[in-house]
Amino acid sequence: MNELAITVIGPDRTGIVADVSEALAGLGANLSDSTMTRLRGHFAMTLICTGAAADDVEKALAPISGLLATVRAVAPEADTDAAGEPYLVSVHGADRLGIVAAVTRVVAAAGGNITDLTTRLTGPLYVLIAEVDVPPGSADDLAVRLAVAAQELGVEVTLRRAESDVL
Amino acid sequence: MSDALADWKPDVLGVEGQVLPVVTAPAGVLSSAGAEVDPADPAIVQLAADLVATMRVSPGCVGLAAPQVGVGAQVFVVDVTEHPKTVTAHGTFVLCNARVVEASRWRPGREGCMSVPDLTGDVKRAGRVVVEAVLPGTGEPVRLTTDAFEARALQHEIDHCAGKLFLDRVAGAHAVYQRKVYL
Repeated sequence: MNELAITVIGPDRTGIVADVSEALAGLGANLSDSTMTRLRGHFAMTLICTGAAADDVEKALAPISGLLATVRAVAPEADTDAAGEPYLVSVHGADRLGIVAAVTRVVAAAGGNITDLTTRLTGPLYVLIAEVDVPPGSADDLAVRLAVAAQELGVEVTLRRAESDVL
Repeated sequence: MSDALADWKPDVLGVEGQVLPVVTAPAGVLSSAGAEVDPADPAIVQLAADLVATMRVSPGCVGLAAPQVGVGAQVFVVDVTEHPKTVTAHGTFVLCNARVVEASRWRPGREGCMSVPDLTGDVKRAGRVVVEAVLPGTGEPVRLTTDAFEARALQHEIDHCAGKLFLDRVAGAHAVYQRKVYL
């Protein structure tokens, strides 16, 4: 199946999701996974679609007012081994350059794979929450390394097991 | 022992509380574990009265811990009486050196904090807790059993006394929200 990775971003206004999804539907593009959110007044969409050609999608999105869209064909998801253990990282502290870079570098160096991450800046407070798949047995070591990095940055960090109750 | 709490009113502190400025994150005092206190220390009795006074002038405030007024001490006030999510309520009370000794019925809920004024977050808390602590002034030990919103408030304040914010416990990358209205 022809799979497309699409990003759309522009100043927030009413109707962005409707305009974009209508254009995609008009081409027979099937929207599979997506996240759409507002970031400081900009509306950002990241989507995976199937069933349309990249050129056609680009042409259909280009006229939509105020939006910058990128479209590219991608290979479908490979079978991934989900051997990691799910953890959550919280970081908060005074905003400064390089918090995300330093923290995520520590996670990557420990073999941790970030599966979701949100940051928020409110006034002087910077907050980062990340969901991380951590190689089995390495969480304690990662916690120590994160604490060292956090101390250097002057921020607070916690690493804790993510709970997922299957019902 | 719980009778001590039922009879407790802020005026037993015998001092006038002063309204103190509330500290917001990032502030070091919010991220440092508070010290255990001597509940009979006049400074702690004054702090207890100040916490009550500061909570009372803060609209929507159901609890306030010493680190939130810049004091690294294990003292907090709670009063959830008027809150719609409250089931059991013990009125206004101040606890020192509080510990959660039993916790069950874990469930998620959205919470905010005067020290993180722009954000709220989904946090899993015990819906039933037993807390042991001592009362300011007399130092009388209390063992408090409660549930629902009062249990959540107690865990939030005990976290403050340990240098933890709700941000340290949020349930996921999409569990932090920009606050839309101020109470």
